[in-house]
Amino acid sequence: MKLSPDETIFWQHGFVTINLTIVTTWAIMLLLVVAAILITRKLKTGIRISHWQSILEMLVTTINNQMEEIGLKNPKYYIGFIGTLFVFIVTSNLLIILPWYEPPTGSLSTTTALAISVFLAVPYFGISKTGIRGYLKTYIKPTFIMLPFNLISEITRTLALAVRLFGNMMSGGLIIAILLSITPFIFPIVMKALGLLTGMVQAYIFSILATVYIAAAVQGAKKSGKQNSL
Amino acid sequence: MQVNWFTVIAQVLNFLILVWLLKRFLYKPILKAIDERENKIARQIKDAEDQDSKAKKEHAEFVKKNEAFDLEKKELMAAAVSETNDARQKLLDEARNEANELRSKLEKSMKEMQKNMSRNLVKSTQHEVFAIARKTLADLASLSLEEQSANIFIKRLKELSSKENKQFVEAFKKGLDPILVQSTFDLPEKQQTDIKSAVKEILGSETNFQFKTAPEIISGIELSSNGYKLAWSISEYLNSLQRSISETINEEPTDEQDSETEPESEINQNV
Repeated sequence: MKLSPDETIFWQHGFVTINLTIVTTWAIMLLLVVAAILITRKLKTGIRISHWQSILEMLVTTINNQMEEIGLKNPKYYIGFIGTLFVFIVTSNLLIILPWYEPPTGSLSTTTALAISVFLAVPYFGISKTGIRGYLKTYIKPTFIMLPFNLISEITRTLALAVRLFGNMMSGGLIIAILLSITPFIFPIVMKALGLLTGMVQAYIFSILATVYIAAAVQGAKKSGKQNSL
Repeated sequence: MQVNWFTVIAQVLNFLILVWLLKRFLYKPILKAIDERENKIARQIKDAEDQDSKAKKEHAEFVKKNEAFDLEKKELMAAAVSETNDARQKLLDEARNEANELRSKLEKSMKEMQKNMSRNLVKSTQHEVFAIARKTLADLASLSLEEQSANIFIKRLKELSSKENKQFVEAFKKGLDPILVQSTFDLPEKQQTDIKSAVKEILGSETNFQFKTAPEIISGIELSSNGYKLAWSISEYLNSLQRSISETINEEPTDEQDSETEPESEINQNV
């Protein structure tokens, strides 16, 4: 029994391995990009707009509002990263309604990759907003004694992000697999429905946590910058 | 359950590519569209507000103008009404005046007509009455009446007032012409003598007399010389009565019938 789509390998040449996770990710990427192109091809700026445009606008403005609520000023700057994170995870998780589909988020490699992306994005946005000194100062807050704890926290929260998403998605898939072997009919459907909910919630949690981390980095850097100027 | 590091790297790259692609194809156009629409809506709202304020301003102006117009209309109406009333009053007055004039004219002409009619009536009546009287008296006239007339004439001569007497004397004394005595019938000798003696008594001297008959006198005697005339006759009575009545008619045609005129027996002194 395969626990991860990583284990389904299509092609391998030494270190380079093309597995189901990567292929599914490509498929999802293709789907998202094609859908985005198709929908944004006929964008209207009038009062009357198409339903798809309306849905997309709703999605974008909701993500923006969420980021603003958490404390990120100018959310348009961050929507590329956080929005994509959310859209990718949601799409990956919602497609479990398709038969024989295995979400890439059920692979620890994918969730680790996403967590590493967040781990890298936090200093990227922090530095881009306040400069490297401002950002680095956030690690010795409130005092320099906290530096190791801050570093540990940085690494553990990334790990937690990766494992949380992986655990939830993998467990969902695993439970369905087990249930299918015991009770092949009604229960797997119920569990899939539950899996959809879990997938949505996990995508939301992942994106929100990423936003919180970035917001903390940006705001902390800003505050320290202000204190320095004082 | 293990991490495939190649997959991790590949997924990181995949994710970054996806970020770039979605930014390029999804977020930018969508955000742009939202911004444009928001701007458009903001512009439209601003335009609407501008138009609204403009409309309000125009409305206020219109209301003001309307009020001014109403006021002007009211004033014009009031002026027109008062003018009309004046004109009506004027026309009414004029009509009333004209009617009054016409009525007074009519009344006047009616009065005139009535007056003429009554005058004509009176005249014809008078004429008839006098004709009848003249006829009757002419029929009644006789020698004895003539005698009586002569007696009355002589009596009158004797009773002349001092002023009349003086006039009489002046008139007859200087005259060389004979005194003409006219009567309806030939006077008898006695009467002629009586008259002569009476005149002589007044004048105090002898005078020539010429006796003549004149039937138009009806009954009576006329004594004339040098344009002076002294008479007592029914004809004279009637003439004097007629004169008096005519005068009265001309003066007061309506009261004419009421006024009684008596024939005056005064001696006419027509020169």
